[in-house]
Amino acid sequence: MNKATSHDGVPLRERDIKTIVNAGLARRHAAERRFRWYGLIAISLGLAFVVLMFANIIGKGLPAFWQTYIQVPIHFDAAVLDPEGNRDPQTLASADYGALVRAGLRQTFPAVEGRLPLRALSALLSTDAAYELQRRVLADPQLIGAQQEIWLLASAAVDTFVKGNIDRTLDEANRPIKDQQIEWIDQLRAADKIERQFNAVLFRNGDSREPEQAGIRGALMGSFFTLLVTFLLSFPIGVATAVYLEEFAPKNRWTDIIEVNINNLAAVPSIVFGLLGLAVFINFFGLPRSAPLVGGLVLSLMTLPVIIIAGRAALTSVPPSIREAALGMGASKLQMVGHHVLPLAMPGMLTGSIIGMARALGESAPLLMIGMVAFIVDVPKGFLDPATVLPVQIYLWSDLPERAFVERTSAAIMVLLAFMILMNGLAILLRKRFERRW
Amino acid sequence: MQPFLLLTLLLLSAGAYYLGRRRAFAVADGHVRNLHSLPSFYGSYAALWCGLPALLVFALWAAAQPNLVVNWVVAGLPPELRDLPPDRLNLVINDLKNLVGGNFVASASDPVMVEAAERYRRLQAIGNAALWVVVLSLAIAGIAYAWRAISPALRARNRVEGVINIFLIASSTVAIFTTIGIVLSVVFESLLFFRQVPVAEFLFGLQWSPQTALRADQVGSSGAFGAVPLFAGTLLISGIAMLVAVPIGLMSALYLSEYATPKFRAFAKPALEILAGIPTVVYGFFAALTVAPLIRQIGTAVGLHVASESALAAGLVMGIMIIPFVSSLSDDVINAVPQSMRDGSYALGATKSETITRVLLPAALPGIVGSILLAISRAIGETMIVVMAAGLSANLTANPLEAVTTVTVQIVTLLTGDQEFDSPKTLAAFALGLVLFVVTLILNIIALRVVRKYREQYE
Amino acid sequence: MSTTAIDTQVALNGTLNRSASPPRSAGVQVTDYDNRQTVGKITVDNPKMTCREVNVYYGEKHAIKNVSLDIGANEVIAFIGPSGCGKSTFIRCLNRMNDTIPSARVTGLIKLDEDDIHAKEIDVVQLRARVGMVFQKPNPFPKSIYENVAYGPRIHGMVNTKAELDDLVRESLERAGLIKEVEKRMLEPGTSLSGGQQQRLCIARAIAVNPEVILMDEPCSALDPIATAKIEELIDELRENYTIVIVTHSMQQAARVSQRTAYFHLGDLIEIGDTDQIFTNPRHKLTEDYITGRFG
Repeated sequence: MNKATSHDGVPLRERDIKTIVNAGLARRHAAERRFRWYGLIAISLGLAFVVLMFANIIGKGLPAFWQTYIQVPIHFDAAVLDPEGNRDPQTLASADYGALVRAGLRQTFPAVEGRLPLRALSALLSTDAAYELQRRVLADPQLIGAQQEIWLLASAAVDTFVKGNIDRTLDEANRPIKDQQIEWIDQLRAADKIERQFNAVLFRNGDSREPEQAGIRGALMGSFFTLLVTFLLSFPIGVATAVYLEEFAPKNRWTDIIEVNINNLAAVPSIVFGLLGLAVFINFFGLPRSAPLVGGLVLSLMTLPVIIIAGRAALTSVPPSIREAALGMGASKLQMVGHHVLPLAMPGMLTGSIIGMARALGESAPLLMIGMVAFIVDVPKGFLDPATVLPVQIYLWSDLPERAFVERTSAAIMVLLAFMILMNGLAILLRKRFERRW
Repeated sequence: MQPFLLLTLLLLSAGAYYLGRRRAFAVADGHVRNLHSLPSFYGSYAALWCGLPALLVFALWAAAQPNLVVNWVVAGLPPELRDLPPDRLNLVINDLKNLVGGNFVASASDPVMVEAAERYRRLQAIGNAALWVVVLSLAIAGIAYAWRAISPALRARNRVEGVINIFLIASSTVAIFTTIGIVLSVVFESLLFFRQVPVAEFLFGLQWSPQTALRADQVGSSGAFGAVPLFAGTLLISGIAMLVAVPIGLMSALYLSEYATPKFRAFAKPALEILAGIPTVVYGFFAALTVAPLIRQIGTAVGLHVASESALAAGLVMGIMIIPFVSSLSDDVINAVPQSMRDGSYALGATKSETITRVLLPAALPGIVGSILLAISRAIGETMIVVMAAGLSANLTANPLEAVTTVTVQIVTLLTGDQEFDSPKTLAAFALGLVLFVVTLILNIIALRVVRKYREQYE
Repeated sequence: MSTTAIDTQVALNGTLNRSASPPRSAGVQVTDYDNRQTVGKITVDNPKMTCREVNVYYGEKHAIKNVSLDIGANEVIAFIGPSGCGKSTFIRCLNRMNDTIPSARVTGLIKLDEDDIHAKEIDVVQLRARVGMVFQKPNPFPKSIYENVAYGPRIHGMVNTKAELDDLVRESLERAGLIKEVEKRMLEPGTSLSGGQQQRLCIARAIAVNPEVILMDEPCSALDPIATAKIEELIDELRENYTIVIVTHSMQQAARVSQRTAYFHLGDLIEIGDTDQIFTNPRHKLTEDYITGRFG
């Protein structure tokens, strides 16, 4: 046996392991601590990003849930609204409500004279103010002739200023709100005639070019219809596929192909599904652009692999003994699946589906391809109406430079995230409630 | 109208189920034992006969009717309108449809149009009425057939299960058809594109300016579809993303699986996975409105020129998005390394970090490589972040502070807005889609194979 | 001496004063420690390791109860007993492998030579370099044969040059009786070897660090009889340089390789003594029942 010797001639076997190890200990422990720190730093960075994003978005979006209103004395002048006095709805609808608003403003600021200052005064209020009066009159023609103090929606510039996002020391030319207007706002403030109220407009209106009138109702309804189509298609088909592959399919080449195929589909970039939707559903089948139906079709193809994979996992977690017991009682294979396996796997399948739906809710890239990016004011009422969805609405708004839109984009993101949290929470709850350990 | 028909059909089927069951009891003289199958199967049998054929006809009819009606109406138009070129004719038809829908159109006063619209409406009404008659009579005929067919010897269960089986198999082919659909749609349009722009030009050309190429008289129009700047831009942004995501994701996974207390792990793992659940449009917003200006400010402060839509901002945020992807995949992979490996190393006196870097990581390497490949494929295909935070200018640069564009950004810009479908501009989007699909597919297949091989090694 | 007294002493001094231990005499068979069940002489004249009042808890479960024994230098001591008796748990205390299990808690005194292995100044890294371990299932790293053996010397910085490392790897493989089989395939993965070869590779890996004690946790349970015989032969050769503790479920193996044997039962050390005596003339009823195959 040849003895290994070290460079100093001492046989390695005779060197004391204790001293050798001790010599390196300090260095090795330092390396250990360093490594541990790297890990801790990495994970703190990850968590910091989560906090940072949420803080950033909530910080920007929270103010959007309040909106500035100005109290204006309005005289519902019969001479303006209904000169003939027959209360004809057509006449009432097309009357000049703007004149009422202007008159109200002049009553508040009687000193203002001249065309330009008057225009600046009108600009304090949103163009929605006139429509608001119209809505009130149409809902209740009795108002005509009455005199009321009414809270009317302020313009986006005023709102931004009131929220403190416009620096009044800035040069007048560089800000959307002028010195004179600031003076008026200060006067209104002093008279308690300007205040912030809950922003119901955000949840009542569709999209608009005017930030103060823009809402997410259209996008929410679009998302609802789109997701409904997605769920109605992808859930049954996904469950059926999972059941077939897991319980009935012979293990052969064909099922292998299906399986590989599903795994690959799950990783195909979402935008490619958009190309598929454009080429197949719109150009080939001639379905309408921008329709929730097409969006739902595209998203269901995307969600299908997720549901199938989750469904198969849920099915495999049902122990074979249950199947044997059912078959042993003389049930057919389909009865075994329908009566025993499927009910036991259902919570898992639902969990997977909800997570899939949450992902579909946040998806926007493929929908850009099929025209769901249009500027749509009307709230969609069906599966074929032109619509957009919440994430795409966010995308559209994020392009607009006004501060008020930035605020609304963040608010829309908060609503979207709230829905995602709700859905994922539901999935977690479902899993906790029905989770079984076999 | 049509939803109402469907509802009627549903009710009829429910009735058929009830009738079928009753019939089964009747033919069995009240003794279920005499029947081949349970009574409920006879009920389902009847319901299927009632509903399925009617539904099939309904679907076909509903698909065919609009086109048929349009054809008939067009056939009835005066010749000068009928013989218009197809695109003009389409405009007329659109006008017609709007007129029928009660919308205001410019040609509303044209008597020819009004008359055509009237005919359109009439044909549509006739078609709908006929549909009702046909569908309902089919349903009733189905019930009648089932009523006669039900006898104790009828193997109702096998028939019903057969139908369900067909449904199951059909469902499982949807995934296949999706893939075929993707391949066909991108390949078909790409072929059209490559007829106008040579493949080599597209794959190796250094100039990308599809907007100017629209003008036929432009000299360089044929050279404007070189996609190399897009590929380079995609690689640059994905590269930055991976530089962020891989170290952070991997170290997080290692820390969580090897160092963290169970309590910390139970909190931090789901917290980190929140990042995976945030919609990409939110990341895009964050990148465009917070990160990009921040980087620009920092750059200006140290005297660097930073583009307002720098590759760095998009890549950085994309990296954040991919962190949970890398970390949860790596976590799976690291946990798959058997405990005996760790024990063997600790028993020799290795510290934790030595065990991790010298035993765990080499052992888990194939799996980690697989998950990184999946993450890369994800980064390449990511759309919203780059659409919102990366630019449109096709710069061929490796400088992360400049603006670059990516394959996905170009697909989106080429296909939104412009409606012409046979211009090289829109077709180019499909060619880019083909490249994207093929590259991600290859990455995915390799990654899935590597990961699977790795799993098998320790099973 | 009561348990509390010892506990206090351990707590105060960290080490147990050897002179305070009761005088050993041939006549005493039940020790004076509060080891109410241990039959036989737990001490030896030249101990390499000393264990006193060792208790192990896994969460609520009391896995090892008040075990005290000595492990003599250059002896092979076998731990036997029915499965679940705690023999593996106990052997894992000797190089503090139980530290890697979060719920495990070890109390009592364990000394390697004169060092309390739980003392602050004893680093677990150093301890494990001095007390090597071989596991039930061969667990070569997914590296080459060479790298497997070189792993320990590398991390501990035992060698300075490649030539030294080569020598050390060769010698370790030689001592593990594996060199002839792997001489030509040093760069092949360790997992390409047969089960018995893998286990000898793990032994070579352990002895490359030149430990003082080698712990073997059922090293042959996953091997066929021929591979087992080779390992047993190897153990006999290694005794010349190392102290060996072996856990085994096979009484025959214990009889073949060990000089002393300890019998564990449900976490208690029931009986300890010379292997010959344990197998021919067990003193405790439980030991006898186990040896004669009445349970186990």
